[in-house]
Amino acid sequence: MTPEKKLKLTAEPGKQELFIVREFEAPRDMVFKAYTDPDILIKWLGPDGYIMEIDYYDGKSGGAYRYIHTDPKGTQYTFHGVIHSMDAPEMLIQTFEYEGMPTKGHVILDTAIFEELPNGRTKLTIQSVFKSVADRDGMISSGMEYGLTEGFAKLDKILAS
Amino acid sequence: MAIQARRDVFQAIADPTRRQIMGLVARERMNLNAIADNFEMSRPAISQHIKILMECGLLNIKQQGRERYCEVELQPLTEVADWMQPFIKMLEQRFDRLDDVLNQMKTDKKSKK
Repeated sequence: MTPEKKLKLTAEPGKQELFIVREFEAPRDMVFKAYTDPDILIKWLGPDGYIMEIDYYDGKSGGAYRYIHTDPKGTQYTFHGVIHSMDAPEMLIQTFEYEGMPTKGHVILDTAIFEELPNGRTKLTIQSVFKSVADRDGMISSGMEYGLTEGFAKLDKILAS
Repeated sequence: MAIQARRDVFQAIADPTRRQIMGLVARERMNLNAIADNFEMSRPAISQHIKILMECGLLNIKQQGRERYCEVELQPLTEVADWMQPFIKMLEQRFDRLDDVLNQMKTDKKSKK
């Protein structure tokens, strides 16, 4: 049996939420640590080719965080939120807001649930609830912009070689 | 010139009734009456949904003898999948990096023992 490692994204039309499900070949404690330790977080959270810096990360219930992604062209994308609850190793609930939005208040509520699977594996389920359907669809569309940027970055590399 | 409401596949599937109609007709082609029998709402309301689905290219009506049947056309839905693909790819890359980090953590833990 091959383990299911493929990411599953569910975004029902007309709804304000999306679900992401992914499994990992590592025990739950470890996945939770990689997810909530700022020194480890910077190694994987930012998109390929971006540099991630953490302004602050207070990893506890009632804590808060702020971080900055810098793309290869030097453009910065800053995000912040508060940690509603951090219950190691099974659940993390936090808000998420992109500071580059034209208006404030486009806040996302993320609930991440970490489930133990047999053979030291872990299932991660993230539910993101958006302020509106338009916000959710905008977030999905932002992937397209990122895809383009990424494409251009690759092209730059090819042209430079 | 009057501005015409844009019809696209996203608009078509944004409505739950229209998704249910698609689901029904995807299983077997049906005539309008048979579709309407599955819903509480009025026949004209269902007709309106069917009209929108047709305008978006998701339903076709075929004449067979005296009957007119609805059939689904799934091709336009690939537009939705294409739209989501870059976002999915971004998430996949993120979690692939997390896989690498986890593998490193496992190796470090072993070497400490």
